[in-house]
Amino acid sequence: MREQILSIIEKNSRIDIKELAVILGAEEIDIANELKALEDEGVICGYHTMIDWEKTSIEKVTALIEVRITPQRGQGYDNIAERIYKYPEVNSVYLISGGYDLLVTLDGKSLKAVSSFVSDKLSTLDGVLSTATHFILKKYKDHGTILTKKYEDTREKVTP
Amino acid sequence: MRNPLSDKIITIKPSGIRKFFDIVNEMDDAISLGVGEPDFDTPWHIRDEGIYSLEKGRTFYTSNSGLKELRNEIANYMKRTQGISYDPAHEIIITVGGSEAIDLAFRAMINPGDEVLIPQPSYVSYEPCAILADAVPVIIELKEEDEFRLTAQQLRNAITDKTKILVLPFPNNPTGAIMEKKDLEEIAEVIREKDLYVVSDEIYGELTYKDKHVSIASLPGMQERTILINGFSKAYAMTGWRLGYACAPKAIMEQMIKIHQFAIMCAPTTSQYAAVEALRNGDDDVKGMRESYNQRRRFLMHAFAKMGLQCFEPYGAFYVFPCIKEFGLSSEEFAERLLREEKVAVVPGTAFGDCGEGFLRISYAYSLENLKIALEKIEKFVEKLRREAK
Repeated sequence: MREQILSIIEKNSRIDIKELAVILGAEEIDIANELKALEDEGVICGYHTMIDWEKTSIEKVTALIEVRITPQRGQGYDNIAERIYKYPEVNSVYLISGGYDLLVTLDGKSLKAVSSFVSDKLSTLDGVLSTATHFILKKYKDHGTILTKKYEDTREKVTP
Repeated sequence: MRNPLSDKIITIKPSGIRKFFDIVNEMDDAISLGVGEPDFDTPWHIRDEGIYSLEKGRTFYTSNSGLKELRNEIANYMKRTQGISYDPAHEIIITVGGSEAIDLAFRAMINPGDEVLIPQPSYVSYEPCAILADAVPVIIELKEEDEFRLTAQQLRNAITDKTKILVLPFPNNPTGAIMEKKDLEEIAEVIREKDLYVVSDEIYGELTYKDKHVSIASLPGMQERTILINGFSKAYAMTGWRLGYACAPKAIMEQMIKIHQFAIMCAPTTSQYAAVEALRNGDDDVKGMRESYNQRRRFLMHAFAKMGLQCFEPYGAFYVFPCIKEFGLSSEEFAERLLREEKVAVVPGTAFGDCGEGFLRISYAYSLENLKIALEKIEKFVEKLRREAK
């Protein structure tokens, strides 16, 4: 049941317990307990809303920043990662295998805001060797949802 | 001018669904729960394989019975899901949808006057195809109290000296009924005793919500008596690709291939390449879609219970078949009023045989959001009818 609950709410976190119970053929109380357990265990870390900011009048730029760093003795990458993720404008920080070490995604108000964050804050951190900043021009698909096209039912209305 | 038409064809009524379709199509804003096909797109890796085959220029006929690779995959599938061994060289044919396979089976086996037993409510094409093959269709009326399963007693009662074939349409469109192993064992006993053949339409075989589907061909002594029909439309959401198949004993298959060879030549090549990919790497897709259907099924059952509408619990396909006898309207009247007054389209049970009277087929091949809106409207309509009756 755990797996089913997670796969449903990963796509639709607004679904209520009552409806979850109906579609999974379970008791409401069991669903509520399971959700509570998942939250307590930190499996469910939060409930967020996916917003296509492009369609609003609010200016926003998102950047992916590749960061190469020197790991520190006894700390590895954790210490630097923490110093980066504490900035509220940082959206995510991943440790990556391959040509660089950390992938940082950043939401900024403007190109200028992002570039000043990178030059003033990020590159000046001890241990950061280099950065490469990529600005996102268009989001086609995010969190498994296609943003550029709406689902359209093109089936015949009645078929045997 | 002389009459251009065949006497036989003019005795066949057009599909009851057609008439309803025309009314629905007039209304732009109607919400439909009337389709008999999945709402999912064909999984991308399967479509991609079709596109890739076109890019490579695989645009020629395949052999009459279909791509060897695909027949091999079907043989594997039958082995792993049902434990039945079919010889891909002589016992499997790829057809244009499951519908063609039904037609082939009838035409390969029927002599004029042979009786074909057709349980109803069921898919619309068995009866006309039997007539076109010069058979006499004999209808067995399935009952709600049996959960629309076929019982051995009903079967025995319908058998005469002329009976040759039983059509076994489970999991069933339109009722959503299934036949479990114990039900099939009882049927198989009669089939063997009375020396009959079974045309088993298992197109919804992947869509069951209880135990896994069991084919009657997997029961002792039944493979040699069964023409097993399946396809890609429902399990893999591939209706438009028009691809089905049949598995049957060699002697019957040889004749089916002959008809197919002269009438069709071969099933669409692009679809066949895509289907190879579906069978090789599509299990997870089927599992995901099955789980979605099951959630919607539970949602509908709950909604009907809430509005007090009688409905047996179906465990197959993607239909529910609620009973509307309490309102004193015919299925057609109910469906037409629901459409005109609440703009929700469902299919009257009578489209699937006279014994579908008093029932509606509601498809849940729609998103939960869609079903929610439609069910609220149905509830409103049901309440209105109950107020009118007072």
